[in-house]
Amino acid sequence: MLEEVLLAGFGGQGILSTGMLLAYAALAEGLHVAWIPSYGPEMRGGTANCGVTVSDAPISSPLVVEPTTLIAMNGPSLDRFEPAVKPGGLIIYNASLINRRPVRADVRALAVRANEIAEGIGNVQVAANVMLGAFLELTRVASLGKAGEALAKVLPPRRHHLIPANLRALEEGARIAREAGTKERMKAMNKVWGQNSEFRIQKPE
Amino acid sequence: MRFYGGKAPVNKILMKGNEAFGEGAIRAGCRFFFGYPITPQSELPHYLAWRLPEVGGLYLQAESEIAAINMVYGAAAAGVRVMTSSSSPGISLMMEGISYIACAELPCVIVNIMRGGPGLGNIAPSQADYFQAVKGGGHGDYRLLVLAPASVQEVLDLVGLAFDLADKYRNPVMVVGDGILGQMMEAVELGPAPEVKLPPKPWATTGTAGRKTRNIINSLYIEPEELEKVNLRLQAKYRQMAEEEKRWEDYRMEDAELVLAAFGMVARIAKAVVDRLRAEGIPAGLVRPITLYPFPDGAFERAAGKARAFLTVEMNAGQMVEDVRLAVCGRRPVYFYGRTGGMLTTVAEVAARAREIWEGLK
Repeated sequence: MLEEVLLAGFGGQGILSTGMLLAYAALAEGLHVAWIPSYGPEMRGGTANCGVTVSDAPISSPLVVEPTTLIAMNGPSLDRFEPAVKPGGLIIYNASLINRRPVRADVRALAVRANEIAEGIGNVQVAANVMLGAFLELTRVASLGKAGEALAKVLPPRRHHLIPANLRALEEGARIAREAGTKERMKAMNKVWGQNSEFRIQKPE
Repeated sequence: MRFYGGKAPVNKILMKGNEAFGEGAIRAGCRFFFGYPITPQSELPHYLAWRLPEVGGLYLQAESEIAAINMVYGAAAAGVRVMTSSSSPGISLMMEGISYIACAELPCVIVNIMRGGPGLGNIAPSQADYFQAVKGGGHGDYRLLVLAPASVQEVLDLVGLAFDLADKYRNPVMVVGDGILGQMMEAVELGPAPEVKLPPKPWATTGTAGRKTRNIINSLYIEPEELEKVNLRLQAKYRQMAEEEKRWEDYRMEDAELVLAAFGMVARIAKAVVDRLRAEGIPAGLVRPITLYPFPDGAFERAAGKARAFLTVEMNAGQMVEDVRLAVCGRRPVYFYGRTGGMLTTVAEVAARAREIWEGLK
């Protein structure tokens, strides 16, 4: 198993922390992990991205050049990284800020209105973890439980009061992915399987 | 790893490369750090700024890299384990002091998290300071021991080794990484802190207690006869280092006919290339120098027996490739692939170059 995840968005959207959360959750599952930030002279509002490699074998190259999954938090990120996604890979995109669908027909895609969901939870800062919840539900790289436990490691103590909101974000993301899977199965039953790449989501194991 | 004010936990944890340099130093008994911030290594001083006081050590941010390396000179002369770190332009500023320390034969550890150059360059990862590290970036006939870790775990291990080698040879040791190694997080096994036994340093400038005369540490020898003696002593030491300290890793080398050579993070990429080529039926292997000085030339001499060609991969315009060519000594062609300016070499690019070479051999 080798998952090479690229998380991308604006600085301040929690991209790096969410990547770290994925790394900690996968580590708790006993997997090999590597986390690499883009570390340009960037600040809030600038671009931010990080690569997380998760594998059941030691990781040779930790650079995420051809991601198996792209988690795109904003339009520029989808524009920039969509062409790089591995054929057969997965794109989870933030439909709150991205008003187009991925054009690639050879990847699976899931739209998540992460900002609205996060605002519904009461904190737009947890939007990236909504995306992570969807990712974990679809790939089962790590359990939601392990991700939830890892929150205490990623968030500094002064932010621990935000753990419940982040837990809800993970759960909401997972729920959306599950429901998309259900829709997809219904579509398959309607014999449109493969024709609409937008919802080619397989039922999680 | 963010240890928010707490103690370093045991077992497997995630840690940034830069932080591992800091923790590795502390576990090796280093209690003094002098430096000046520069991206992409600033997490290292940031980590030690809170961690050193916890263990009774001293962290000091100097007014410049030049001041920092001379503070290292002073602390090393007093016999303590001391470290500094910087990134390429900052290391250039330290070169005068490093030459002085080498001549004065003092042990210390210098970390260079290399970034794109030349000039002020940029903050992206690079390996373009290889020449500076292994050929002597400062003046005079001196050598550093140079180590090149390729993972965060190896950072922890090699920093400890660096302090031991520095004391063993009374010589400055440089540990080089690139911006990726500094910035990336990987799982590391910390385990319980090892018991550090510092070797006796009867030469240290610790006053005259127990001695009749003062110890003097110096790098000024006005008389040529005297300075030549110093040089001969240094050269004898460098020969001993070359005999005893060469370290490298062979990867899938048993029957390798196309041998890749790479150090540090690029060696990780090269490993993935070797796996990809092997899957395509090309018998590729990798020699990864762990000590860049002394250079593990024996590994390449031996590889030249079975190998039909070598491909050196670096994030520079071709530096280590010169040492590979010296080791292979014309017996086999030695090719080079590299990117410069902070651009990364990718598995696909290197594999394509390797295939091209392999096809050319047919």
